[in-house]
Amino acid sequence: MERTYIDKQMDNDFIKRQQHAPLGDALKAYQSRRVVPFDVPGHKQGKGSRQLKAFFGEQAMGLDVNSSKPLDNLCHPISVIKQSEALAADAFGCDAAFFMVNGTTSCVQAMIMSSLREGDKIIMPRNVHRSAINAVILCGAVPIYVNPGIHEKLGISLGMSLFDVQAAIKKHPDAKAVFVNNPTYYGVCPDIEGIVDAAHKHGMLVLADEAHGTHFYFNEKLPVAAMHAGADMSAVSMHKTGGSLTQSSMLLVNSERVSIDHMRTIINLTQTTSASYLLLGSLDIARRELALHGKQTFEKVLELAEYARAEINVIGGYYAFSSEIAGHEAVHDFDRTKLSINTFALGLAGFEVYDILRDEYEIQIEFGDVANFLAIISVGDTHLAIERLVASLAQIGRQAKGHKQDMFDHEYISPIVKATPKQAFYGKQEKVLLEDAVGRVSAEFVTCYPPGIPVVAPGEVVTAEIVEYIHYAKDKGAMLTGAQDMDLTHINVLEGE
Amino acid sequence: MELWFTEPHTDTAKFSIKVKKQLFSTQSEFQRIDVFDSEEFGVFLAIDGLMMVTQKDEFIYHDMIVHVPLAANPDIKNVLLIGAGDGGSVRELTRYDTIEHIDMVEIDKAVVDASREYLPFLAGKLDDKRVSIHYADGLKFVRTKQDEYDLIIVDSTDPFGPGEGLFTKEFYGNCYNALTKDGILVNQHESPYYEEDAAHMKRAHKRINEFFPICKVYQAHIPTYPSGHWLFGFASKSIDPIADLDADAWNALGLKTKYYNTDLHVGCFALPNYVLEMLKEARDE
Repeated sequence: MERTYIDKQMDNDFIKRQQHAPLGDALKAYQSRRVVPFDVPGHKQGKGSRQLKAFFGEQAMGLDVNSSKPLDNLCHPISVIKQSEALAADAFGCDAAFFMVNGTTSCVQAMIMSSLREGDKIIMPRNVHRSAINAVILCGAVPIYVNPGIHEKLGISLGMSLFDVQAAIKKHPDAKAVFVNNPTYYGVCPDIEGIVDAAHKHGMLVLADEAHGTHFYFNEKLPVAAMHAGADMSAVSMHKTGGSLTQSSMLLVNSERVSIDHMRTIINLTQTTSASYLLLGSLDIARRELALHGKQTFEKVLELAEYARAEINVIGGYYAFSSEIAGHEAVHDFDRTKLSINTFALGLAGFEVYDILRDEYEIQIEFGDVANFLAIISVGDTHLAIERLVASLAQIGRQAKGHKQDMFDHEYISPIVKATPKQAFYGKQEKVLLEDAVGRVSAEFVTCYPPGIPVVAPGEVVTAEIVEYIHYAKDKGAMLTGAQDMDLTHINVLEGE
Repeated sequence: MELWFTEPHTDTAKFSIKVKKQLFSTQSEFQRIDVFDSEEFGVFLAIDGLMMVTQKDEFIYHDMIVHVPLAANPDIKNVLLIGAGDGGSVRELTRYDTIEHIDMVEIDKAVVDASREYLPFLAGKLDDKRVSIHYADGLKFVRTKQDEYDLIIVDSTDPFGPGEGLFTKEFYGNCYNALTKDGILVNQHESPYYEEDAAHMKRAHKRINEFFPICKVYQAHIPTYPSGHWLFGFASKSIDPIADLDADAWNALGLKTKYYNTDLHVGCFALPNYVLEMLKEARDE
């Protein structure tokens, strides 16, 4: 359907508009005026800290300034930030864009908190990032989990089938919103057009977590982007695949069913009043780069990822999967820029390959789980770097031969929900040994990070399978976060449940 | 007018050669390539501003990277050369009638073209019928090979830029796999003297040592390389460079060399104490 948007990016008026970077230009102009700062930050453009200046460079320190009339104010944008946000909306093909400086987590929170009140239902897959469940705790909404579907051979959770979403909508016609991952961490996309259609027919909003989908907006060979499919809001991590600085993100909105001014009020509930101009400036400049050159950039990224996949699949032991998994009903499309690799036949867990690559080969990949790992291919990658990854995997594969061992074959465990996340999070709790928690209701999260999808969330029953999974993951060196006990020998559960 | 080529050897030490004339300059897909003519060192090639090879002292480097392994194992038939785009290593290798085939894998065709044009004293044997030139990433080339080469020579640039992948664990591991049962890996091993070069040198030794049962280092004096004190690595699956040397056999070949001889062969493995200590540290790390 709306694939025509990306063609529009080729037209002359679009290119002319997108050559501007109002906030970037304003920062440059501000620097050249050599303003004497009697405002914060106290390092006064680096003059107050010789060490910081030597470490980050004069340019970076000079750009770390406070909001002021020529630089606008993120909480109440009326000039250059407003113009930059409008250009971003134009570039992404939606009605409005908000610059966000507290990561995509803050975008997800704003989407959920602006759409739902205490007790409202939200339909979501359980394999959401923990920021989504955190937001549900904050606003007291009731999550209606849809089984995301499991790929039997790969053991990974998928993107929900349209049928299952339609069934959930029918069963919970009073739900206010549907939340989708587009794509999942692994690159799996749901039928977002079908979901938007079903949700809107029942007066529900569609909220998209596109933390890993920024690039969808700029190349038609990639899966359809949420805003182009008619979703109401999307959280895009500009810093993940869009090239801006870490922690900078954008919240995209289509305004037919959403009030832009209400969105801003919700965002300002939790957003800093001292937004970093390094982050804001990076959003503006990265947006310009994406709008003008995104198509070619992601063409190259795709080519690198396809090359790497083909080479890795020849090594043996690895399965670098791609769009062929789209035969599954819960896989509508696949993001081929993701280099997701299954290690089941290798006899090493995904976490183990992740650790070996870092510790022995000086290669940092995005994450590993029980039987898969993921390398992010993006704007900054080269053929030489890809060759290093492929050669390292060949070497690891050779050394792993005959290493067959007991392997956990899936990363997703269907939850048994006994209380809403908020009830459990704020309920009366006691601390018990992990082993003794089987059958009890968890009051906290346990999350392998990355990928950040909770193994157990507040309100869910701790099962023997979950405990076994936690031990396995700990044993393989995965980082388990979320629980108050940093070593996770104990877990907080609801009293008397 | 005075025109000087200057290469920083550290942040605070530089090495300069007075230039008669710049013969060539280009920016290839991978790196900047320059050729100069000078009084002191004759024609020389610089890549990304770093001295690669000069007409006057190249014999030292090429003698040492080729004749040491060939004297240690006269049965070498199949050779893989990584880098070596100037052609100097090929020139020395083709002097052995016993060598049947040489695969030369150079990432940058522009280096070979510049060498053919301006450094014919190096590139003259590139058209020998036993030589196949592949323009490819060495790391990629080697990972597809198994049990194929009796000798791999890594004649590369420094471990930053396009040569970076040739100093990695994955490269050495894939080289091991590409070598036959008596295979030898010889590499240019950086210098032990300046701190930054020494760090690369140690890391390379540590990584090679993880794969090869025999892992030695030998030295040469190369006036135009940083500090002049340069090292080579000799790693093998079975052959010891000194115990397995048959000096008479090599001398019987009657090859005339300007630097290498079989006494020096034994002597070049004797290293200064501070270098021995660094190598031990690297292995124990």
